[in-house]
Amino acid sequence: MEDITKLTVHELVEKLDAKELTSEEIVSAYAKRIEDKEKDVGAFVTVTTDKALEKAKEVDKEGREAGSLAGIPIGIKDNLNTLGDKTTCSSKMLENYVSPYNATVVEKLNDEKIMSLGKLNMDEFAMGSSTENSAIKITHNPWDLNRVPGGSSGGSAAAVAADMVPWALGSDTGGSIREPSSFCGVVGLKPTYGLVSRYGLVAFASSLDQIGPITKDVRDNAMLLNVIAGHDDKDSTSYDVEKKDYTEALKTDVKGLKIGVPKQFFGEGINEEVKAKIKEAIEVYKEMGAEVEECDLDVAKYSLATYYIIACAEASSNLGRFDGIRYGYRAKNFKNLKELYVNSRTEAFGPEVKRRIILGTYVLSSGYYDAYYKKAQKVRTYVKEQFDKCFAKYDVLITPVAPDTAFKIGEKVDDPMSMYLADICTVSINIASIPGMSLPCGVDSKGMPIGMQILADRFNEEKIYNAAYAYEQKTKFRDSHAAEFKN
Amino acid sequence: MANSDYETVIGLEVHAELSTKTKIFCSCPTTFGSDPNTHVCPVCTAMPGALPKLNERVVEFAVKAGLATHCEISQDSKNDRKNYFYPDLPKSYQISQFDKPLCNHGYIEIEDDNGNPKKVRILRIHIEEDAGKLNHDEFSGGSLVDLNRAGVPLIEIVSEPDINSSGEADRYLKKLKSILQYIDVSDCKMEEGSLRADVNVSVHKPGTPFGIRHEMKNMNSFKSIQRAIDYEEDAQINDNENGIPVVQETMRWDDIAGRTFPMRDKEDAQDYRYFPEPDLVAIRLSDEYIKNIQENLPEMPESRKRRYIEELGLSEHDANMLTASKSLSDMFEAAGKACNNYKQVCNWLTSDIARILNEKELEPEQIPFTAEQLGELVSLIDDGTISSKIGKQVVTELFENPDSPKKIIEKNGWVQISDEGEIKKVVEEVLANNPQSIADFKAGKDKALGFLVGQAMKATKGKANPQMLNELFLTELKK
Repeated sequence: MEDITKLTVHELVEKLDAKELTSEEIVSAYAKRIEDKEKDVGAFVTVTTDKALEKAKEVDKEGREAGSLAGIPIGIKDNLNTLGDKTTCSSKMLENYVSPYNATVVEKLNDEKIMSLGKLNMDEFAMGSSTENSAIKITHNPWDLNRVPGGSSGGSAAAVAADMVPWALGSDTGGSIREPSSFCGVVGLKPTYGLVSRYGLVAFASSLDQIGPITKDVRDNAMLLNVIAGHDDKDSTSYDVEKKDYTEALKTDVKGLKIGVPKQFFGEGINEEVKAKIKEAIEVYKEMGAEVEECDLDVAKYSLATYYIIACAEASSNLGRFDGIRYGYRAKNFKNLKELYVNSRTEAFGPEVKRRIILGTYVLSSGYYDAYYKKAQKVRTYVKEQFDKCFAKYDVLITPVAPDTAFKIGEKVDDPMSMYLADICTVSINIASIPGMSLPCGVDSKGMPIGMQILADRFNEEKIYNAAYAYEQKTKFRDSHAAEFKN
Repeated sequence: MANSDYETVIGLEVHAELSTKTKIFCSCPTTFGSDPNTHVCPVCTAMPGALPKLNERVVEFAVKAGLATHCEISQDSKNDRKNYFYPDLPKSYQISQFDKPLCNHGYIEIEDDNGNPKKVRILRIHIEEDAGKLNHDEFSGGSLVDLNRAGVPLIEIVSEPDINSSGEADRYLKKLKSILQYIDVSDCKMEEGSLRADVNVSVHKPGTPFGIRHEMKNMNSFKSIQRAIDYEEDAQINDNENGIPVVQETMRWDDIAGRTFPMRDKEDAQDYRYFPEPDLVAIRLSDEYIKNIQENLPEMPESRKRRYIEELGLSEHDANMLTASKSLSDMFEAAGKACNNYKQVCNWLTSDIARILNEKELEPEQIPFTAEQLGELVSLIDDGTISSKIGKQVVTELFENPDSPKKIIEKNGWVQISDEGEIKKVVEEVLANNPQSIADFKAGKDKALGFLVGQAMKATKGKANPQMLNELFLTELKK
């Protein structure tokens, strides 16, 4: 039974189709694995394996006509609303909040009869890069339990890496899928802004948030994107683009693929080991016949400031609804309305959330709006234009995901600035609304995984999948590094 | 005005609820008066993760309002968030429009206090969502939130400070209400809160800069708006005369006390931290879209008025009176069509019916009977079935127990007596009882005829055909 959880989803599907496995067996194997590993990894906020098992039995009764992915379980980041389950955003504010509706992506999973094993831990309201900002628990990196899994989708990436779920959904506002995927050695994609409906994703920064798949390999990733992508009438910012089958892009041929390597992403502050591994990966592409060229993309130095202004401004407004009036935490003691607001929010929000609300409130206040928010919007346009220039020449760009591999738990909690720097390579991708993937490309001397970031122009996810699949098939990261995966 | 040295400067911010079937950002119904929190969903209660979706009808209605008030329609517009905390505002921000409203620079034509035409300029019209309502709970002593109204679409119509008296403000509001009703975008019921006005008032001596203004809220009728303006005008002139500086602040009108009070529950100098709503895309309107709405605008009051005067031969006064209210004007047209006697329908509407509305303090849209019933009444008078005197009784009855006038007449036995034999009998009887009147008539006093007809009417309880009575009396008296 133990082997079941090592399989990728496409392998599980083959076994389901061949009647070598039942959905009940798959879900049972994961329930057991979660039971065994949760105390070490701490990936789950809520475990719903009992419900999943019931659904698995139903799917088994229906047979394979129920759908090609029917009977496959999944893990869901705890900022995605699931009807009848707690949706906590790993915050004391929503510790006991049960959602009255399903997010659109959750509806899509239900349509495919993919069942949830539970809700996964995250930085509170997706604010953070280590999942240490969770008010619920600490999540540990399965490769080294003393290290962080990255964040904010740390629970999702750790659960996939530790075989506690076959795949998971995360969300990415400035790197929250890619950085933890890089730290945990799994495949994570932040799709183009507008490709996946945000309806039901608890908003952090509305103009940057995107939901995306975190998987064991590239094929699973494309399969999960197939499920969740598509226009949604409930999300005005979701685009009405033609539905694609991303698995069709999974080709090993990259001959003539034009790859740009922006040199500014390999500058100071990026760990030499990380640089070296990515340069090795670039050599692999050259060997496979891709046309690789170094290029200019001078956005990183503006992106971090721009990102924190826009993201915090939107967050300060988005988090206003947590006021203790209709749902969520309400302070026990208050004398008047103002105290009800102030005490509830003071007691239930963690320090990082408060920091960003204060920052966001400041940059939107009259007298500062033009200097910060408005200027940040202008830089945002500039950043987009710089990416447009690159994509006029190249099919994909390759950069590091994070300046370093997973750091130790507690190492950066008192230094928000160094924590923010973990996002230096990822935030400009959200600012430009383009898709980006973290793909494992090796481990460092400490045995911790390194991810390379593959970027493409808006709605060109298939180019990323093509490049990622070719590399993965050539290098077999999962197989070659199985031994270093200690847990 | 209390002191003719001063000029009063008034600007109005009018909120009108749009009569779309569903809310501005979700598909909950906009119905008024339902049980609390029965027209709500994750979007209008601001559940975490829910997103707004702009109701296109709201844009269409606002563009209609803009075109009907001579505004320029902005082809490139957007929504913005206005951030503030209040329990009736579930998201802690109101989705409104800040620097790119849908409509700009229009005007409404009114009469000034001397009866001369005057244009009141409109600065802007923008769309936004209404907030919920706080209800005081008798049992707990606290407040309960009802979110049925949260997300009901509003347009805010902001005038330039072109209004100079409470009378002008009243005429502006009534004209605006009539326009919004004509284009059918709002029912404008002040008593249900679907039309609300905030009033900015300041005073200054002509030739000097504008004075510091007070913004007044909480006026629930046209009358209280006029009273509030008159009160503020006096108070501010008084302060000026006594050297007391007017401070810019928001005032609450107390209708019972008949005065305004500074509002204390609002934080001083709110910073709403407006920024573009990232959950919605920009609103772009094509030339064709705007042109199409323009071409399909219903006939406006001015045009109806001209038609009534030129084609139906009504007086300007009557035409004004009828077209001031769309529902009155609609009733006039439908009833006129039903009986083919527009003049008489106009007479009933502008005299007896207007008087009863006034007595009962009803708005024209609250008339309980139909245009067809009014048309039938006029036909019954025209064909001699009843006299116009009985007609008045029928109108009174129509307000009490609306029904077909034919049925009302039958039920009450009000059918006119037109049988010559029957009338002759009455005439002979009256003449026999009033020899003095016969003598008076013969002595040249024509008034005596009127008296005799009146007596005959009394005897028949008003049912005798007055024309036949007249003729028969004359024949008898001249014998």
